[in-house]
Amino acid sequence: MSLSSTLNGSYLTPRLRINKVLPYFTSHTETHVSPKIDSSRTHVNYEVKEDVAVIRMNDPTSKVNTLSVQMQNEMIEVFNEVLANDAVQSAVLISSKPGCFIAGADINMIQACNTSEEVTKLSQEGQKMFARIENSPKPIVAAINGPCLGGGLEFAIACQYRVATKSKKTVLGTPEVMLGLLPGAGGTQRLPKMVGIPGAFDMMLTGRNIRADKAKKMGLVHQLVDPLGPGLKSPEERTIEYLEEVAIQCAKGIVNKKISLTKEKGMMQKVQDYVMGIEFVRQQIYKTVTAKVMKMSKGLYPAPLKIIESVKAGLEQGPDSGYLAEAQNFGKLAMTSESNALIGLYHGQVACKKNRFGVPERPVKNLAILGAGLMGAGIAQVTVDKGIHTVLKDTTVEGLSRGQQQVYKGLNDKTKKKTITSFERDFTLASLTGQLDYSGFEKADMVIEAVFEDLNIKHRVIKEVEAVIPPHCIFATNTSALPIKDIAAASIRPEKVIGMHYFSPVDKMQLLEIITTDKTSKDTTASAVAVGLKQGKVIIVVGDGPGFYTTRCLAPMLAEAVRLLQEGVDPKKLDALTTGFGFPVGAATLADEVGIDVAAHVAEDLGKAFGSRFGGGNVEVLKTMVEKGFKGRKSGKGCYVYTPGLKSKDVNPDIEDVLGKYKLTPNPLVSSDSDVQYRLVSRFVNEAVMCLQEGILNGPVEGDIGAVFGLGFPPCLGGPFRFVDTFGANKLVEKMKRYEEVYGNHFTPCQLLLDHAKDSSKRFHK
Amino acid sequence: MASMLMNSLRCCPPVNPAWAVQYATRSLSTSVQLHAQVQTKSKKTLAKPGVKNIVLVEGVRTPFLLSGTTYADLMPHDLARAALQGLLHKTSLPKDAVDYIIYGTVIQEVKTSNVAREASLGAGFSDKIPSHTVTMACISSNVAMTTGVGLITAGQCDTIVAGGVEFMSDVPIRHSRKMRKTMLALNRAKTLGQRLSLIGSIRMAHLTPELPAVAEFSTAETMGHSADRLAAAFGVTRLEQDEFALRSHTLAKQAQDAGLLSDVISFKVPGRDTVAKDNGIRPSSMEQLAKLKPAFIKPHGTVTAANSSFLTDGASAVLIMSEEKALAMGYKPKAYLRDFVFVSQDPKDQLLLGPAYGTPKVLARAGLTMDDIDVFEFHEAFAGQIMANLKALDSDWFAQTYMGRKVKVGAPAMEKFNLWGGSLSLGHPFGATGCRLVTTVAHRLLKEGGQYGLVAACAAGGQDSGRTEMMQEKTVYAYTHRVE
Repeated sequence: MSLSSTLNGSYLTPRLRINKVLPYFTSHTETHVSPKIDSSRTHVNYEVKEDVAVIRMNDPTSKVNTLSVQMQNEMIEVFNEVLANDAVQSAVLISSKPGCFIAGADINMIQACNTSEEVTKLSQEGQKMFARIENSPKPIVAAINGPCLGGGLEFAIACQYRVATKSKKTVLGTPEVMLGLLPGAGGTQRLPKMVGIPGAFDMMLTGRNIRADKAKKMGLVHQLVDPLGPGLKSPEERTIEYLEEVAIQCAKGIVNKKISLTKEKGMMQKVQDYVMGIEFVRQQIYKTVTAKVMKMSKGLYPAPLKIIESVKAGLEQGPDSGYLAEAQNFGKLAMTSESNALIGLYHGQVACKKNRFGVPERPVKNLAILGAGLMGAGIAQVTVDKGIHTVLKDTTVEGLSRGQQQVYKGLNDKTKKKTITSFERDFTLASLTGQLDYSGFEKADMVIEAVFEDLNIKHRVIKEVEAVIPPHCIFATNTSALPIKDIAAASIRPEKVIGMHYFSPVDKMQLLEIITTDKTSKDTTASAVAVGLKQGKVIIVVGDGPGFYTTRCLAPMLAEAVRLLQEGVDPKKLDALTTGFGFPVGAATLADEVGIDVAAHVAEDLGKAFGSRFGGGNVEVLKTMVEKGFKGRKSGKGCYVYTPGLKSKDVNPDIEDVLGKYKLTPNPLVSSDSDVQYRLVSRFVNEAVMCLQEGILNGPVEGDIGAVFGLGFPPCLGGPFRFVDTFGANKLVEKMKRYEEVYGNHFTPCQLLLDHAKDSSKRFHK
Repeated sequence: MASMLMNSLRCCPPVNPAWAVQYATRSLSTSVQLHAQVQTKSKKTLAKPGVKNIVLVEGVRTPFLLSGTTYADLMPHDLARAALQGLLHKTSLPKDAVDYIIYGTVIQEVKTSNVAREASLGAGFSDKIPSHTVTMACISSNVAMTTGVGLITAGQCDTIVAGGVEFMSDVPIRHSRKMRKTMLALNRAKTLGQRLSLIGSIRMAHLTPELPAVAEFSTAETMGHSADRLAAAFGVTRLEQDEFALRSHTLAKQAQDAGLLSDVISFKVPGRDTVAKDNGIRPSSMEQLAKLKPAFIKPHGTVTAANSSFLTDGASAVLIMSEEKALAMGYKPKAYLRDFVFVSQDPKDQLLLGPAYGTPKVLARAGLTMDDIDVFEFHEAFAGQIMANLKALDSDWFAQTYMGRKVKVGAPAMEKFNLWGGSLSLGHPFGATGCRLVTTVAHRLLKEGGQYGLVAACAAGGQDSGRTEMMQEKTVYAYTHRVE
């Protein structure tokens, strides 16, 4: 089952930490000024090199530095000492952790607050602290290596000068928006001045990571330092040392006026500044940006609008209003359910990036993929660049070369975007072998089959493969609906058989659903998870059953969508209602993306497995469409007509006839726009809860992650389980009962949902 | 010593009176050294049983000139011709007495892509002598020599002329790929209509020329940039680099003034003056060197135009023979070519670190230590690169972490190191430098009375306006020589 999602594909990035504000700043002056390392401090220390204080951060309790309470307190202490030390003329701020400057602040600090006022106060304290840094009489140079995100970036841009390593690990950004928040320690005020209004909006509204060379071009950093290779110390150690040396030179240069902090503006810059100085132009920008945000977020996400509001306040009414607006908006956002949902997803994503099954006995070094179709080639593409030798096998030369071209194109697109060099592309492709036979399979550590979804074919394949692979080799099957135990029935070693359900397009979709049967061994699971993590996937491990988790949740929703079409709801209207609820892709478009034939196949299979509960729309609608060749996007026609090269699409006029044949009369009691939305969503959610009830799901966290990252469940709702918590199980059950009266068991709430409805203290998420 | 005895025995039956006289003089001239060797027990022969002794008979080179100066109007094979003719002149070698000619070059002139053949024909060698051209960035002529050594060892040949040439005053600048494609299609167009439509498809952008790559193909990094990072990785300061550059120029100047650079032949450039000296030697002062801004990594880099080698035109040639043949022809060989090793590393972070990897290996092959070596000649691509290699050789940590050795071999003693200048001062015509290094070692061994010499060089490829740039992979080539 596949679906493409633009929103959720990039919605959350790994490793992001929210900006957090520094706690109140104590102005206690320390009389004892020692340049020596104070051993009572564990997170921040400094030493004086000639007349430069080198302030080093290192959180000994974590792999990354965060602006934790302790880090902040010690930083304030050190900052005061540096200011009071007459031997110091300037300072360098650097992390002694290889590969991380400051990844942000601890989300828990904000979650510990109960009111927006408390959060606003935190924000104001942070603003005050960074204002002191900004106005420091001794210039401070931030030396950045590794992630500099959220509060880390706000800290860095409060410094007078920034030097960054040109390493791939060095990224700057303000990812707060992805957690439904805004940069709350002066970011909304300083960034527009530093990188211009459009650049600042781009950074804060997308939350994307900016690499060092781009940051230099934008004016976010002043100077770049190349990462070093092996020398007399390890590359990481020496690179940090070198960065420090260069930063010290810069600090001295600023003090003795060799480096000017007011950079000379180019012609373009002057023109841009002039244009931005015109109020009308600025108003137009706010308007355009707001319109774009509304179009993309459907108004479901408050954070982008608050960011625009805060920037506007600062630019139009002066810094005092700006900083106040920032702090107040930050407080408000921290209390929203959207922020709560997004932070929940962030935590869930971190949890799903770990292997809870331990380290596999032997790492997968050779992977073979059967079937070079869209899926097979996609899996090859995300594997081949991870140092795993990958064999891509198909049965025909045409199929194979199409698949190889897909892998090449995926890598070549990265070359065009300059994320990799053409040499890296070629080097990566050297790990891919395309072939038509089973030669070399005796070396395979894992085989992933992505052949046609037909049990007989899968059985034939498993027998063929097991004849040639070594005993330790794992057989993974990429299927969206066939129960793994049925496939494993043909295996002579079912403990090595596992399901790996990828989502299309594989290189864009973050989710991997791993399905284990009763017989699957723990080591097999550990190995499959390890491979998935290497491929960069967010992983949920679920139990076996028809449709597993994701497909099973989607099927009733699609059945409902077909019924709505039969009831005369226009596909465009159906799409608008679903996207209006927060789904990145409308239900009709989703059906086209998945493939009408696949949808028909799944609907029929799951219908058989689960009985009338999975009814709703008539499967014959889909079957008739398939007969007429309307298989969705891949065939050019489905609910819509797709013209190559054209982005806009029109409703397929011929489906009128099909739908007319199966026309149903809508019941006005349950057909309002809102009812249409809840009919779709409640079936999805009810099925998800039932999966948890039946033990298919390991827990609500994986349920939410699977729904959001695999199926595009609205991120602002945080997933079906958080949605039940937030919306109220009783309210949902109430709606479902109303629909049940009209449509019967399609809407019967499951027992677990009923339990939650009865007892409001029961919640899926604490 | 065994080999010497064997040689004397074998050579006893006099075939040629002239040879007999020469051989006698040879024995006399080296006898002092031979006695000295007997006394120092550590200094053994490197001859291996069953392996032919291969000797360097002579080596010459044209003066190395800054590109764009007196050689500017020549073609690469003209320079190679001059070197070959110089070799013929110096050795009185009959023009048909050579079995094979091999040349190394980096930036190829398309018209003379087998520059070895064009140059040997032009130099008047017999047209019956086969010749081929090899390329391996800055160690191309080392490859030419070792290819010759291989041919002799294999029993294919006895007499080899090897050399190298580089001509940076003119490099192939191409039409853009799109333009080339159109022009090639134009060739195949049959009708006027087809031709006109192809001509009509040409756009202004197609006319942008394509310069030879300024960057390493695999990493897109220029060599100077890599050298600066390498220097930084090893903590080589700007001061150290400038000092080394000054040393190179000062020593080169002294050697030039003292007439030690006897491998340089004078060359009458058609339409211009006779050139007899390298023109890139410019001893300066530390103050002047300190004034220069970094050339690659700005503003905090340490590699400058003055502590890098410069773009150079030049050619070199050597005569390599089996010892037997050399003696039979009455030559007095200058050195044995005993051993060599090529190594490769990561082209990104260790591009210029070949000498550090190659030196311990070649020493191990010969069963020698650093102290045994009397003469070191290392190719000086950048002062920072040389200093980084010396530091790597002198680091136990580096030896253990990256070379799989228990201990370091140590850095060469500076009083044995590049005493007649190096690529920084003499110039670095990419393809020609290898033969210069080997000939210089032989000459220094003779002059200083040493026994073992070692050559090491790093390589990569490409060029940049104003300075030496890099090549395809980092390879080191090291060589031991010995005179007995």
